[in-house]
Amino acid sequence: MRNHGNADVSRRGLLLGAAASAALTATPRHGQAMPADADVPSAPHPGPVPIMNPVMNRVSLTVNGAAQTLEMDTRTTLLDALREHLRLTGTKKGCDHGQCGACTVIVDGRRINSCLTLAVMHEGGSVTTVEGLGTPAKLHPMQAAFVKHDGYQCGYCTPGQICSAVAVLDEIKAGIPSHVTASLTDAPQATNAEMRERMSGNVCRCGAYSNILEAMTEVAGQKMADQQNGRDPA
Amino acid sequence: MRPFTYERATSPADASAKAASIPGARFIAGGTNLLDLMKLQIETPAHLIDVNGLGLDKIEETPDGGLRVGALVRNTDLAADMRVRRHYAVLSRALVAGASGQLRNVATTAGNLLQRTRCPYFYDPNQPCNKRQPGSGCSAIGGVSRQLGVVGTSEACIATHPSDMAVAMRVLDATVETVRPGGATRAIPIAELHRLPGDTPHVETSLERGELITAVTLPKPVGGAQLYHKVRDRASYAFALVSVAAIVQPDGTGRVALGGVAPKPWRVEAAEAHMKQGAKAVTAGLLADARPTDDNRFKVRLAERTLAAVLAEARG
Amino acid sequence: MKFDTPAAANPIDQLKVVGKATDRIDGPLKTTGTAPYAYERHDVVANQAHGFILGSAIAKGRISRMDIAAAKVAPGVIAVVTAENAGTLGKGKWNTAALLGGPEIQHYHQAVALVVAETFEQARDAAGLIKVDYQAEAGAYDLAAARNGATVAKGEPDSTVGDFNGAYTAAPVQLDATYTTPDQGHAMMEPHATIAAWNGDKLTLWTANQMINWGVKDVSQTLNIPEENIRLISPYIGGGFGGKLFVRSDALMAALGAKVAGRPVKVALTRPLMFNNTTHRPATIQRIRIGATREGRITAIGHESWSGDLPGGKPETAVQQTRLLYAGANRLTAMRLAVLDLPEGNAMRAPGEAPGLMALEVAMDEMAEKLGMDPIQFRILNDTQEDPEKPGRPYSQRQLTECLRQGAERFGWAKRDPKPASVREGRWLVGMGMAAGFRNNLVTKSAARVRLDGQGMVTVETDMTDIGTGTYTIIAQTAAETMGVPLDKVAVRLGDSNFPVSCGSGGQWGANNSTAGVYAACMKLRQSVARKLGFNAAEPHFADGHVSSGGHTVPLAQAAKDGDLVAEDQIEYGDLDKKYQQSTFAGHFVEVAVDSATGEIRLRRMLAVCAAGRILNPKSARSQVIGAMTMGAGAALMEELAVDKRRGFFVNHDLAGYEVPVHADIPHQEVVFLDEVDPISSPMKAKGVGELGICGVGAAVANAVYNATGVRVRDYPVTLDKVLDHLPEMT
Ligand SMILES: Cc1cc2nc3c(=O)[nH]c(=O)nc-3n(C[C@H](O)[C@H](O)[C@H](O)COP(=O)(O)OP(=O)(O)OC[C@H]3O[C@@H](n4cnc5c(N)ncnc54)[C@H](O)[C@@H]3O)c2cc1C
Ligand code: SF4
Ligand code: FES
Ligand code: FES
Repeated sequence: MRNHGNADVSRRGLLLGAAASAALTATPRHGQAMPADADVPSAPHPGPVPIMNPVMNRVSLTVNGAAQTLEMDTRTTLLDALREHLRLTGTKKGCDHGQCGACTVIVDGRRINSCLTLAVMHEGGSVTTVEGLGTPAKLHPMQAAFVKHDGYQCGYCTPGQICSAVAVLDEIKAGIPSHVTASLTDAPQATNAEMRERMSGNVCRCGAYSNILEAMTEVAGQKMADQQNGRDPA
Repeated sequence: MRPFTYERATSPADASAKAASIPGARFIAGGTNLLDLMKLQIETPAHLIDVNGLGLDKIEETPDGGLRVGALVRNTDLAADMRVRRHYAVLSRALVAGASGQLRNVATTAGNLLQRTRCPYFYDPNQPCNKRQPGSGCSAIGGVSRQLGVVGTSEACIATHPSDMAVAMRVLDATVETVRPGGATRAIPIAELHRLPGDTPHVETSLERGELITAVTLPKPVGGAQLYHKVRDRASYAFALVSVAAIVQPDGTGRVALGGVAPKPWRVEAAEAHMKQGAKAVTAGLLADARPTDDNRFKVRLAERTLAAVLAEARG
Repeated sequence: MKFDTPAAANPIDQLKVVGKATDRIDGPLKTTGTAPYAYERHDVVANQAHGFILGSAIAKGRISRMDIAAAKVAPGVIAVVTAENAGTLGKGKWNTAALLGGPEIQHYHQAVALVVAETFEQARDAAGLIKVDYQAEAGAYDLAAARNGATVAKGEPDSTVGDFNGAYTAAPVQLDATYTTPDQGHAMMEPHATIAAWNGDKLTLWTANQMINWGVKDVSQTLNIPEENIRLISPYIGGGFGGKLFVRSDALMAALGAKVAGRPVKVALTRPLMFNNTTHRPATIQRIRIGATREGRITAIGHESWSGDLPGGKPETAVQQTRLLYAGANRLTAMRLAVLDLPEGNAMRAPGEAPGLMALEVAMDEMAEKLGMDPIQFRILNDTQEDPEKPGRPYSQRQLTECLRQGAERFGWAKRDPKPASVREGRWLVGMGMAAGFRNNLVTKSAARVRLDGQGMVTVETDMTDIGTGTYTIIAQTAAETMGVPLDKVAVRLGDSNFPVSCGSGGQWGANNSTAGVYAACMKLRQSVARKLGFNAAEPHFADGHVSSGGHTVPLAQAAKDGDLVAEDQIEYGDLDKKYQQSTFAGHFVEVAVDSATGEIRLRRMLAVCAAGRILNPKSARSQVIGAMTMGAGAALMEELAVDKRRGFFVNHDLAGYEVPVHADIPHQEVVFLDEVDPISSPMKAKGVGELGICGVGAAVANAVYNATGVRVRDYPVTLDKVLDHLPEMT
């Protein structure tokens, strides 16, 4: 049972009386533009905005190895599901609009911005957050490298940087090209330029970039050494 | 964000039919553009149809030697596909020039084509905007417009289409495949997907209500040097001020499309006849009808110089 | 502890812990996501409701009608707060505009309502149901247009020495140039956020605030409740840069919402609201005139600056450094303040100096070129060891020349071709630039409490904040050094108004003053320990967790075996800062590459050589400097809050529109600290360093772009469209 909310919200919604809009009115203009509808160039009207009940939905997913089932408003982003419902506040909200990377988590092996995805879209998914990488008593190598190289200041972008950094090294290993990869047909290497470009979706206003790069370089080097010794690079 | 119901579509035809029949229904793919706008109530769907489970995430070869890219293929996967890297390098390059690693991991082929403008006034629901609220006026004209369009714009709207990928697809002559509510399919040349604003800037594409993009087909490889040059103030994670996608053949002929300057990927085939004469001649054709604002007049020169650099690079 | 004579040798000089590059003690928490920021305190109080702020849709005018009926009955909504039901509110000393608008609107996105609901989703949706009718009024939004009407700001008179006009007119070499800097945003990564809970008439705010005590006072004034009924808790702050010096609408609205809702409420500003709702660094227009002899001696230096703010606001003090930085017998500085109806202008990292040096240090570069001199030589020639406005008042330390010399050496300045646009590497035009960095050191009192327990643990409590500055660690180092214990025997608790009042974090005064306060408290604790252990003869020695005196050594913990020993003290200053000018200095060096086709500007190398007193933790101090250099690079190359001059707001009000540097923009950054101890500054002999890194770096970038291209951009940011028309012809 997935959709036990209103089947047709707008029809059930309560319509409110017309709003005033005088010459100097500047009420929020909530558009309902339909970009993909050539045959319905509907001009949205300012004014009656229906009151609608939230639609609840159930989603089951794995977070840091633990199975979780949540009953939530469909509007809940994965980020808010983590922070507000599971109280895993390590993942940060910096912008809520995909513009900063503070909310980066690893879903099914890939880093994504958890603010621009709905929790309900991750039924059966597997999420790793910064809490799932390591703990203060047992730091992940990337976390330890951030501490060693002072790859953070206020710490607010840091969980996102670390999740990204871990995933970036995997992306390079997987041969995914980037904007600065010189040859599209050769395997990219963990160079400074590659790491800087790939980390650019994680803004650090404190400006710890130069140190983050050093932390990543150390972990990348360690990974390479491990590979050469035939060890599994955890 | 207004409340909405949510369902996972079971087939492309089912998705399309539902999208046409349920009031206020919209598709959601990666969600990176739709949710962004829903949070600001610029988009207010009442029902979301999740198309992620439709199996439209494959890249297959077509009988005539081209590639058929599923609508749900992620930007990262499309950029990393070895066939694309070898034969459609301009597309790989355009993809990796866009957004961020995190966003590309989620953003889909169809979603990227259909992303909406980044005009800052469009993004602020307090401000008049013909695209967001038809008839309310265009705040960008006479306002802050450094980022906005110089060609193909209208009195009603000067916004640009922000996609990088679409510019490459335009120069590759891609075709957009869709399924319509009745189940019928059609193929739309990429040139005809996006519409110019005219006096209806809120109508952005030629898709019908409920029409679902299922794939984008790339014709058989055309070879040549394939380059994508994106110009921006910030070195990464920024939209293009100007971008140039070019395919240049050894004999100097080729194709060019511009991004960051128009409401759609900007290509004027007639201008390509001047390829051998160089950037000035081509740009003159491409931007003949340019009507820049004081804020973005530099884009005309910038486009020409960027193209010149691209042509120089193509020559080796 | 009163500090009114230069520091003699003291326990800090041992430098067993202080001065050593030390990993942050809060590092394991920050890197694992377990350091709790304001909005995340699920642990502190149950039953939290969510608040969502609606911002004004106009910049200036009045609300003529507000319809909240729909919002009130929307699902999950508990309360709606507007000016109508908020009760009578005062205004905090540090706020220029009211935090809650209505009926009068003072700026765009000024808060006009808060919706409190069970969930964030419900609160956000309901906020959209509020209908507001506005009566917009004409406002002033254009600094250039308002410039002529600008007046002298209260308390900011012109400063004149000698006869500037006469000397300037007579000078054989003259420069008269005007520069502009745009409005800039703090754009810290953690949005302003607060959880508010009332217990009877007592209010607790878990918030993100740099200055706990200012916060308590301003909340008290705004809500008209006694200070003792207010508690502010702010142990972790996701960046501030001046944007969190003051109580903002998140805190006020959370408090009001919690009152009306009758339960705890949490509020975070949304990113698109932040830029217009909160404060920003105001734009400036700066005119600089320099007159010099042909040999390059400055005979006249004048700096005038125009900025704007809301009525009752303050000017951006962009001329400050010009009063102090270079010699010259005839001087003039002046500031003019225009009334603008844009959002409130206020402090952002190195207010005054950051934009001031962006102009002054380009002017110095231009002047050096006119004189045919190397820009470093020109600066060294005009160095001064005393306050040029008050001859005879010396600098406590001034190693600017040494910073510049060492920087030149390390950076390979000698290889720079002084002729612009002469180095080309393939597609790139390459250039080098430099600038002097200057930021004052401010001393202000700061208190702390230290406790020794039976396990030998030393716990420090102070309302000081760590905004990424590394304060937890330097305070721990200070306590460890003074008490003679290892770092892991020190616990530091910060950011709580129940703790003694510190200097807070701002103006790069935090490190020196807060550690000096901790030092004072520790010295007092040492006395209690000595007394308790019966060491009343000579001053005992504290080391390795032991106390020794007269051949007698006992574990420190023993002093607390009958119960904790607690000491509280504060550092207070005499008039050393009047007798001496206390400042920090830097030499900034930058190499840029400019795309010869597109004009895109990319940084290649950055170096800062800093002289800033004793460096308490070279690791976190270096981070402060590279962070500030990064912000300075952003200011030079991309940051600009674009003003809609018709509607009066910052248009690019999110992090996609307001670009700040990303990883790919920032090259390797090198930082060198000169060996310096400044016994005039405090017993720590330290000075601030957190803002020095941004001071001058923007000009160094602009000067490098000039060297690379021959294009002198005087209007920041230096973006590609401003150099494009002057780049080499393309074939
Ligand atoms: C901060 C930021 C920076 C960015 N920078 C860039 C950049 O530099 N260059 C660039 O090109 N892009 C950039 N983007 C945009 C990004 O690429 C798009 O958001 C993304 O490509 C959209 O894809 P999606 O799958 O997430 O789309 P969605 O958000 O899921 O959908 C977008 C639209 O397409 C519709 N839709 C989705 N799938 C289908 C389908 N199969 N058939 C019909 N309709 C469909 C949806 O209904 C919706 O209207 C940026 C985005 C952000 C947030
Ligand atoms: S340019 Fe288009 S999108 Fe921007 S404000 Fe004008 S109408 Fe709206
Ligand atoms: S919070 Fe998701 S990208 Fe900023
Ligand atoms: S550490 Fe503060 S934003 Fe990165």
